Amino acid sequence: MADLGRAALLVTFGLVVYALVAGSFAAWKRRRRLALSAQNALFAAFATTAVAAIVLVVALVRRDFTFQYVAAHTSKSLPLGYALSAFWGGQEGSLLLWLLILSGYSALAVWLNRRSRDLVVWVVPVLGLVASFFAFMLCFVSSPFVVAPAPADGAGMVASLQNPYMLAHPPMLYLGYVGLTIPFAFGMGALLSRQTDERWIILTRRWTLAAWTFLGVGQLLGAHWAYTEIGWGGYYAWDPVENAALMPWLAATAFLHSVMIQEKRGMLKVWNMVLVALAFLLSIFGTFLTRSGVVNSIHSFSQSPLGGWFLGFIAVMTVFSVGLIYIRLPLLRARTKLESLVSREATFLYNNLLLVALCLTILWGVMYPLLTQAVRGETRSVSKPYYDFFLHTFGLPLLLLMGIGPLVAWRRASLRALGKTFLVPLVAAIVTGVALIGVGLGSSWPGLLTYTFSAFVAASIVLEFWRGTTARRAIAGESLPRAFGSLVARNRRRYGGYVVHASIVLLAIGIAGSSAYQTVREPAHGLRKGQSMEIAGYTLTYVALSTRQEADAQATRATVLVSRGGHHVTTLHPGKNWYPVEQQTSNEVSIYHDPRNVGDLFAIADQIDPKSQILFLKVLVKPLVNLIWLAGFVFVLGSAIAMWPDAVEQRRLAERYAPGAVSAGL
Amino acid sequence: MLALVLGAVLALLAVLLVARPFLREPAPVEDRIAEPGELDRRRVELVEERDRALGALKELEFDHRTGKIADDDYRALVGPLRRRAAEALRALEPRAESNVSEQVTRIGR
Repeated sequence: MADLGRAALLVTFGLVVYALVAGSFAAWKRRRRLALSAQNALFAAFATTAVAAIVLVVALVRRDFTFQYVAAHTSKSLPLGYALSAFWGGQEGSLLLWLLILSGYSALAVWLNRRSRDLVVWVVPVLGLVASFFAFMLCFVSSPFVVAPAPADGAGMVASLQNPYMLAHPPMLYLGYVGLTIPFAFGMGALLSRQTDERWIILTRRWTLAAWTFLGVGQLLGAHWAYTEIGWGGYYAWDPVENAALMPWLAATAFLHSVMIQEKRGMLKVWNMVLVALAFLLSIFGTFLTRSGVVNSIHSFSQSPLGGWFLGFIAVMTVFSVGLIYIRLPLLRARTKLESLVSREATFLYNNLLLVALCLTILWGVMYPLLTQAVRGETRSVSKPYYDFFLHTFGLPLLLLMGIGPLVAWRRASLRALGKTFLVPLVAAIVTGVALIGVGLGSSWPGLLTYTFSAFVAASIVLEFWRGTTARRAIAGESLPRAFGSLVARNRRRYGGYVVHASIVLLAIGIAGSSAYQTVREPAHGLRKGQSMEIAGYTLTYVALSTRQEADAQATRATVLVSRGGHHVTTLHPGKNWYPVEQQTSNEVSIYHDPRNVGDLFAIADQIDPKSQILFLKVLVKPLVNLIWLAGFVFVLGSAIAMWPDAVEQRRLAERYAPGAVSAGL
Repeated sequence: MLALVLGAVLALLAVLLVARPFLREPAPVEDRIAEPGELDRRRVELVEERDRALGALKELEFDHRTGKIADDDYRALVGPLRRRAAEALRALEPRAESNVSEQVTRIGR
């Protein structure tokens, strides 16, 4: 069956190259049938890539070890779910997933927008170009269909990847990474076709939002995986692979905000093109970081078969997009100017500058080891303090701007009006800050500022909903709940956005609470059975140790009784798993979710002495940490509201771009 | 062997799909993609400008009602915005002067 997979990928490669070449020629010479033929090539490419993907899935399910990829990432004892997740667990499979999603997205985007033929005709070759690169890599550089004599058993899967989160986290990230190709292709298509009006933004608005949402959810799932599986007590370590997903998300966040300025004021056309290209290039860079091997070992860079190809592709796409934007600069000139530095559009601009600054400082941090290796021949890297410094420097003002923006009017705002709208949020922020200092939580300045700013933002969001609802009620004479409903329904992007802002507030509070105010205890000599330790009002008593055999691992678990104020609260079972096939050990943490402070009591069995049965326990109390995961749900809710189709607006926009819809007098 | 046959079938189906536009219309009367002319581009520009101006009037009205815009600022901003909206509407529909002023007044109030 590997032959079928290879054949399907070769056909895909032929199809996407055809979409690129024939599509470019058709767009240039305005050939209708050839353009349709190039579109069909993209549709067919999705089908043939799906065939290749099915071949790999069948091989994984059957544990067909004649496929080198299957032998390298699974074993006979690996549960089926994890065997399936091996599809994206390795380099070749994840590239196939990239191409599968890209060809699927491309086919869908082209099909949905087939009526905008004059624009789509230029979008097809851009999509064909990106797909050609990935199809080339899969056919000639890194194929999942290489065969060899089957070993008796596979090498298995890395222990830490054997986690249910791995079933959802990577696909989510890929749905986000790849999704950013669609707005990029439409942006470049608009430049190529010289149609630099707002249509490309409107056609890809939901694509951008969806990709951005997938990236956000993917990162949160990854954070939760790290929190529950890696066993170090944290959820984000500024690891280059984590940063790889954060950078395009930040660029896409800036883009989502700045396109609103173009729609409302006709400004920032060049900036929007730059941002859409940046988000796309960073998504490719993220894939390069994750899959080239450059992250795990700096020295593997030159040995990796992927690194050079990816860097070459990034260089080509950078030159292509920057060159195209430069050539089309005369078409992108704005006719309006910023009227005041104190206006809604100005706050959007500040937000954009901070987001891009944060994104670029993270990029610099990620690239620093590569650059020092290339320039000085020695690897130097930046660590947590570097990232924390810039997160505080740019992140805290960003948080504050989320509260300021909605309170400021478009065009310009007077001091008198600002005083009126800022009063309630300002009082909320000051009261929160003073109260926190009063209860002794002033020890961490970043923590204190985060809570104070969060109170400001939360108050401004509530106020926006309240003022909007009452204004709507006054205009339409509706009841309060009805006015609230129609307020949101009539401007889903704005109020969906506010819900997303609320999720960021929850996230900020959760991060500040669980990092700035966490407590850690680790008894130096460990605990013998019957011994106890104290932390933040809890008493933990180690009472037993047991071992049991699971499907693919030997599990050792300690039994730790937890009490507070003399009352039993819960029993924790931290321990370790030993995976004999993979010859690896993993930490299996045990967590008690405390409803009193929305936080966690987090127990890690750092070491277990099998002879003396001494347990070296590390315990963390992380207040408010569960707000981070709650933020994920609120984030999805807000995104769903913002993305929800609005039939009235869709009709209006369809009329706007229908040929000859309004022609009288011209 | 079976895999290769299946691969060949796949390739054949793909070629058929790609060739479909030519097979359906071997000798079309018109094989050119209509290119938006200067007139179309200008129309889209004006429609976008009209929608922006009308949207700005709505925003201004809403911001005024919710207290974000002081009365003085409102009075200073509403006039130019109405004029801009009227100009955009007039450029699109020059023979419907009365409709234009009605539309702008309705949105601006």
